[in-house]
Amino acid sequence: MTNTHVDYQLSQLDQLEAESIHIFREVAAEFEKPVLMFSGGKDSIVMLRLAEKAFFPAKLPFPLLQVDTGLDFDEVLSTRDSWVERLGARIIVATIDEAIAAGHVVDDGKTSRNRMQIGTLLGAIEENGFTAAFGGGRRDEEKARAKERVYSHRDDFGQWDPKMQRPELWSLYNGRIHAGEHMRIFPLSNWTELDIWHYIHREQIEIPSIYFAHERDVIERDGMLLSLGPEIQPKGNEQVEKKMVRFRTVGDRTQTGCVESVATDTAAIIDEIAIARVTERGATRGDDRFSEAAMEDRKKEGYF
Amino acid sequence: MASTPQTSDSHTMAQGEMDLLRFATAGSVDDGKSTLIGRLLLDSKSIFEDQLEAVESTSQSKGYDYTDLALLTDGLRSEREQGITIDVAYRYFATPTRKFIIADTPGHIQYTRNMVTGASTADLGLVLVDARQGLTEQSRRHAVLLSLLRVPHLVLAINKMDLVDWSQEVYEKIHKEFTQFATKLNIPDLEVIPISALQGDNVVNRSENTPWYSGPTLMHHLEHVHVASDRDLVDTRFPVQYVIRPKSDAYHDFRGYAGQVAGGVLKKGDDIVVLPSGMPSKIAKVELFDQEVAEAFPPMSVTVHLEDDVDVSRGDMIARPKNAPKPSQDIDAMICWMTNEPLKPRQKLAIKHTTRTGRAMVKDIQYRLDVNTLHRDQDTKELGLNEIGRVQLRTTVPLLCDPYSKNRTTGSFILIDEVTGVTVGAGMING
Ligand SMILES: Nc1nc2c(ncn2[C@@H]2O[C@H](COP(=O)(O)OP(=O)(O)OP(=O)(O)O)[C@@H](O)[C@H]2O)c(=O)[nH]1
Ligand SMILES: [Mg+2]
Repeated sequence: MTNTHVDYQLSQLDQLEAESIHIFREVAAEFEKPVLMFSGGKDSIVMLRLAEKAFFPAKLPFPLLQVDTGLDFDEVLSTRDSWVERLGARIIVATIDEAIAAGHVVDDGKTSRNRMQIGTLLGAIEENGFTAAFGGGRRDEEKARAKERVYSHRDDFGQWDPKMQRPELWSLYNGRIHAGEHMRIFPLSNWTELDIWHYIHREQIEIPSIYFAHERDVIERDGMLLSLGPEIQPKGNEQVEKKMVRFRTVGDRTQTGCVESVATDTAAIIDEIAIARVTERGATRGDDRFSEAAMEDRKKEGYF
Repeated sequence: MASTPQTSDSHTMAQGEMDLLRFATAGSVDDGKSTLIGRLLLDSKSIFEDQLEAVESTSQSKGYDYTDLALLTDGLRSEREQGITIDVAYRYFATPTRKFIIADTPGHIQYTRNMVTGASTADLGLVLVDARQGLTEQSRRHAVLLSLLRVPHLVLAINKMDLVDWSQEVYEKIHKEFTQFATKLNIPDLEVIPISALQGDNVVNRSENTPWYSGPTLMHHLEHVHVASDRDLVDTRFPVQYVIRPKSDAYHDFRGYAGQVAGGVLKKGDDIVVLPSGMPSKIAKVELFDQEVAEAFPPMSVTVHLEDDVDVSRGDMIARPKNAPKPSQDIDAMICWMTNEPLKPRQKLAIKHTTRTGRAMVKDIQYRLDVNTLHRDQDTKELGLNEIGRVQLRTTVPLLCDPYSKNRTTGSFILIDEVTGVTVGAGMING
């Protein structure tokens, strides 16, 4: 039996956990057809862990939905499989190629796979009739996310209207939607990158190995370190170098940069992040670097 | 291959064990709330280089003489275009002892509902006033809202002291005016601090411009204000949120009542009563995930097992036989109205209280509160957008409630428009 603290104090990490579990249970109780959007990254894995805790020993009362860009890291896919198997969860994989075939998205040769995820995701939500979709977004990630409610209402087109958000008071969440609409749910809203790592450390959560420092062939492009692969080849006088690196986020292979690191375990990562001077997205996400409002624009269209 | 390598310890591990303070800004438009949050983040070294570079270059391209720190929290395009805050921004930072969740709220009256959103969960309210202007209607409205929401700690930050020559007289005058106003409110703890958000005086670093001020800096106060005592550990309240029934071979007879503790302490062997049915039982055990815990207290999310096979479902509440809220369908509450269409007698709405949902009808609007004078206007029979009043409701289902002054969770509810589905009112139960 675990003894709780004598002074009835809950640490901030335990408070965050309690809040997230509350959100999961509330959604499972009030929505007809929820789904958990699973990217395979550390945030969606922490979400999965919290969902596991919320309903234990029952299985998750909702399936997982993954948008497969076709450009996911192998390590991410194998961690996903291991989680799905352990939890006995149901997973729906929506691929961009299928979405292109179904006409949900158009491949004009200029749009990044990341942007095409939006149409793929919205297509899958509509096709399956999901009424609530859990996302691993954190408010500390980016200034547009910092503005979003835990229950974020999406209209018929899956869009977010930042100027018309519903008031959200106490922990009384309002899950009312009309037919055709859905709600995005962010159980990790109040977690920071550091909290996520502390939790992974404390709970010994299984995450893809590419989050830890390893040797990799990389090239430097636009101030980012990109991993050499079928899509990323040196251009002009770019040099291929072997470096110790780790990934701070795992998006698609062509968009996600890595950072130089010697951190091979969670404790070392925590130490590195505690003194990091650049945000995780600023450092490693090509998709967020185009304009000041890049994230806001993608969110309005229905991004995660 | 997937893995989670671990080492046994690290000097930053304490982070997980820190406590948490949630605070919300308040005050009129342009009093400097967002600038102050930017300053706090900057001076506590919580701003990343790429974030600072982005606001520096935006400030330059707008032709400002200085870096507009408000841009650090005003994250929406329309906010940056108009130079005002429209919706709450949540920001996070930590010092070695505490993690802070900041809700930077809008000052504009049109967006009061967003201010209420940010303040509803706050432990501390940070009201800013512009030293040149003193208290305005909006600073009073926000102070009233903070006191109605029972935000237990309040800081009045008298800002832009650089524009009044760091005058002690100005400080004293606003201090006095506010204290007088506050005597009519419920504000258990007040601190008044002269600052310049723009230049950083008395925010993180003590100012040389205010030798006459001997109180704490804002940061010192935020780090040391005592918040633990604000919870109710006496009156056991456990709203049942979800019934866990695995229906698997391994857990065939498992039946757990999941929820977040709203008050008191729950432990094995406690005599309890299930409301509204009134069925008595005993707690067989309390679990958190796969571990049994000795005690559960607010705000833990746990699973409770009872010794008897009583009928319990979502919306019910577990309390103690000699200390339980009385189920009631007649609710007397202060309501903050948050939509254009006014609230009127006989109006019907959906109501959500803890994990219970039902319908409510407005029986009477007793008075509207004038936020400037705190006068109770008994002649108006409506509540308009952003107005606050005392209202009597009749609900279709009995609510298991306490006065808001006793418990912020079991004493609060929201009202929802049944057609649009939008949250239109926030209620705090009287008693
Ligand atoms: N001189 C001086 N100017 C300040 C100070 N604090 C804020 N300002 C300026 O006041 C203006 C308004 O500041 P904001 O921080 O946007 O005000 P706000 O309270 O967040 O406004 P809303 O969110 O729209 O209600 C900006 O131009 C700031 O630079 C101060 O201490 N001294
Ligand atoms: Mg502002």
